[in-house]
Amino acid sequence: MRKTIGLTGDGAAAEAMRQIDPDVVAAYPITPQTEIVERFAEFVAEGSVHTELVTVESEHSAMSACCGSSAAGARTITCTSSQGLALMHEMLYIAAGNRLPIVLINVNRTLSAPINIHNDQSDSLGSRDAGWIQLYCEGAQEVYDTVIQAVRIAEDRSVMLPVMVCLDGFVVSHNVEPINVLDDQEVKDFVGEFRPVINLLDTENPISMGNLTLPEYFFEHKYAQAYALEQSKPVIAKVDKEFGEKFGRSYGIIEAYRMDDAEIAIVTLGSMVGTARVVADDLRQQGIKAGVLKIRCYRPFPIDEVAEALKGVKAAAVMEKALSPGAPGPAVFSDVLGALYHKGVHVNLISYVAGLGGRDVPAKSIRRVYEHLQKIAASGKVDRILNYLDLRGWQ
Amino acid sequence: MPKMVEIRWHARGGQGAVIASRYLAASAIRQNLYFQAFPQFGTERMGAPIVAYTRISDAPINLRCAIEEPDVVVVLDPTLLKSVNVTANLKEGGSIIANYPGTPEELAKELNIDGKFKVYTLDAYKISTEEIGRPIPNTPMVGALARVLGIISLDNVLAEFEEQFSHRFKPEIVEKNLKAVRRAYEEVQGV
Repeated sequence: MRKTIGLTGDGAAAEAMRQIDPDVVAAYPITPQTEIVERFAEFVAEGSVHTELVTVESEHSAMSACCGSSAAGARTITCTSSQGLALMHEMLYIAAGNRLPIVLINVNRTLSAPINIHNDQSDSLGSRDAGWIQLYCEGAQEVYDTVIQAVRIAEDRSVMLPVMVCLDGFVVSHNVEPINVLDDQEVKDFVGEFRPVINLLDTENPISMGNLTLPEYFFEHKYAQAYALEQSKPVIAKVDKEFGEKFGRSYGIIEAYRMDDAEIAIVTLGSMVGTARVVADDLRQQGIKAGVLKIRCYRPFPIDEVAEALKGVKAAAVMEKALSPGAPGPAVFSDVLGALYHKGVHVNLISYVAGLGGRDVPAKSIRRVYEHLQKIAASGKVDRILNYLDLRGWQ
Repeated sequence: MPKMVEIRWHARGGQGAVIASRYLAASAIRQNLYFQAFPQFGTERMGAPIVAYTRISDAPINLRCAIEEPDVVVVLDPTLLKSVNVTANLKEGGSIIANYPGTPEELAKELNIDGKFKVYTLDAYKISTEEIGRPIPNTPMVGALARVLGIISLDNVLAEFEEQFSHRFKPEIVEKNLKAVRRAYEEVQGV
C-alpha cells in the first residue's frame, strides 16, 4: 500500500534501497550520508532485504567491491559523500569503463581542506568526467523516486552505465519531509529483475574483463563509452516518463519553471532550485518575468534542452555550489555556456558560485541574483561574468 | 491557517529538540499538511546551544534554506534565554514559547520584549520531572507549542508521539510522555 510518511533525504534513499532489495550493497559510512548506511544495515539485520551488505574498510574498497559484484551479475548499490567519493575516484572510472550498472547515491558535501562536513557540490561536480550518469535531486521525494529510476536507467541494455544520484547534504539529507512511499511490490515490478549483459560467473559463456587495451583499441573503447553516455538521455527521459505514468510523479531531464516568457532566469541544480522557484514566484507577482531552469540530468549534459529553454532570455545566471579554480568559469556555468555556443543561442550569461562549505543560500540572496540579472537585461551589458554570492570581502 | 508557519527551536544538544521538531512536523501528516524539520547543521555536542527549524504549510514547501524570520520561537532551555538572542529576527507580533518557571509577564520583562511579541511560558522541567521522572523538556514543549499554534490537534500530536515512541520505549514510558504532553497543553501560560 502507498503511504505518506516523514523521512529525511537519507531516509528516503534508504527506503528506496530497501524496496529495490539489491543483491549487494558495499558502503562505508561518512557524514552526511551515514544515515543511509545505518538504516540499510538495520534492514539487513532485521531481514527485510536479501542483500549482501559488505562493510568495507574504505570507499575505494566499497567501489572496488561494487565493481566486482556488478561484473558478477549482481544488482549493486552504494552511497557516499565528499572525501568518500574522492577516494572512490579511481574506481569510478573502472565502473564506467567496464560498463557496470552500479547505482551510487552521493550526498553532496564539500571537499577538504579546510575540513568541513557541510554541503556543496564540489564532490560530484569534480567527478563529472568519470563517465557516470549524474542526476541531481531537489528534495527528498525526488531522491526516493530517482533512486528507483536510476536502477532501471543503469541496467537498460542500451545504457549499461553507472548512475550517480546526488542530493544536497543536510539541506536535503537531514530534512524530514512528507514522502509518498510506493508499495513494495510496485517498486519491485518497476525495477524488475536484473538481467546482466556481463556476468563473470556465467561459466557457459566465459568472458574476461578489465583487460589491457593498448593504443590500438583504447581510443575506440573510450569513445564507445562516451557515446553510450550521450545516448542514455532518451532512456533517462523514458524511465522518468514511465515512472510518472505509473506513480504520478516525473521530473524530466531539465525542468523549465516559468520559463515560457521569461526575460531573466536562474539555471541551477539540487536544492537551490526549490528556493529559486519561491523567489521567481514572488517576482512574477510583481510583474517581473523571472524563471528557473532546473538541470536534473547533469551528465549527459542536456545541450539541446538547455539551449532551447534559454532561447529568448535576456540574462541568465548559473548558480552552483562548486569552484573550478583557475578555469574560465565553474563547471555547470561552462557547460551551459558550451550548450548555448553549440546551438548558436546568445544569452547574457553570468555565473554565481554560492553556498560553499554549507553556507546557507537564502531566498533574499537569490533575489539579489535576479536583481543583478534585471540590470544586465535592461542595459544589455554584462558587468561581471564570475560572481560569488554572500562571499565576505568580495565586491 | 496562514499559508506557512515557520518555527525556530533553541535548545542544548541532548535535550531532544531535533526529535521534538520532527515529531511535531510528522504529526502534520495526520492533517494532510506539508512540513520540513531540520537542524541548523553543525557539529552537535551535548550541552552546546543548538538551533532547529520547522516549517508547516498547507501547500508543498519549496524553500530549501534556513528560516530567516520565524513566526514562532521555542526555547527548551531557560539558561539560553540570557546567553542567546532567542528573539533575533522573530517576526513582529510573533510568538515566543519558553521553558520558564515564571509567568509570561515576568519573562517579557526579563527579556525586555514587552509588547513586541506574544509571550508564552511553561515550566517544562517541573512537568517532565513529575511525569517522566527526568527533566527532559522536549515532549512537554511540543504540547505547549501545539496549543499556541492551534494548527495540529492535540489528538494528532499524541497519536504521532505514541506511534513514534512505541518503537523506542516501553508502554509505561510512552504513557508518561503522553501525559506530559497533555499537561503541557493545558498548563502553558499566556494563551
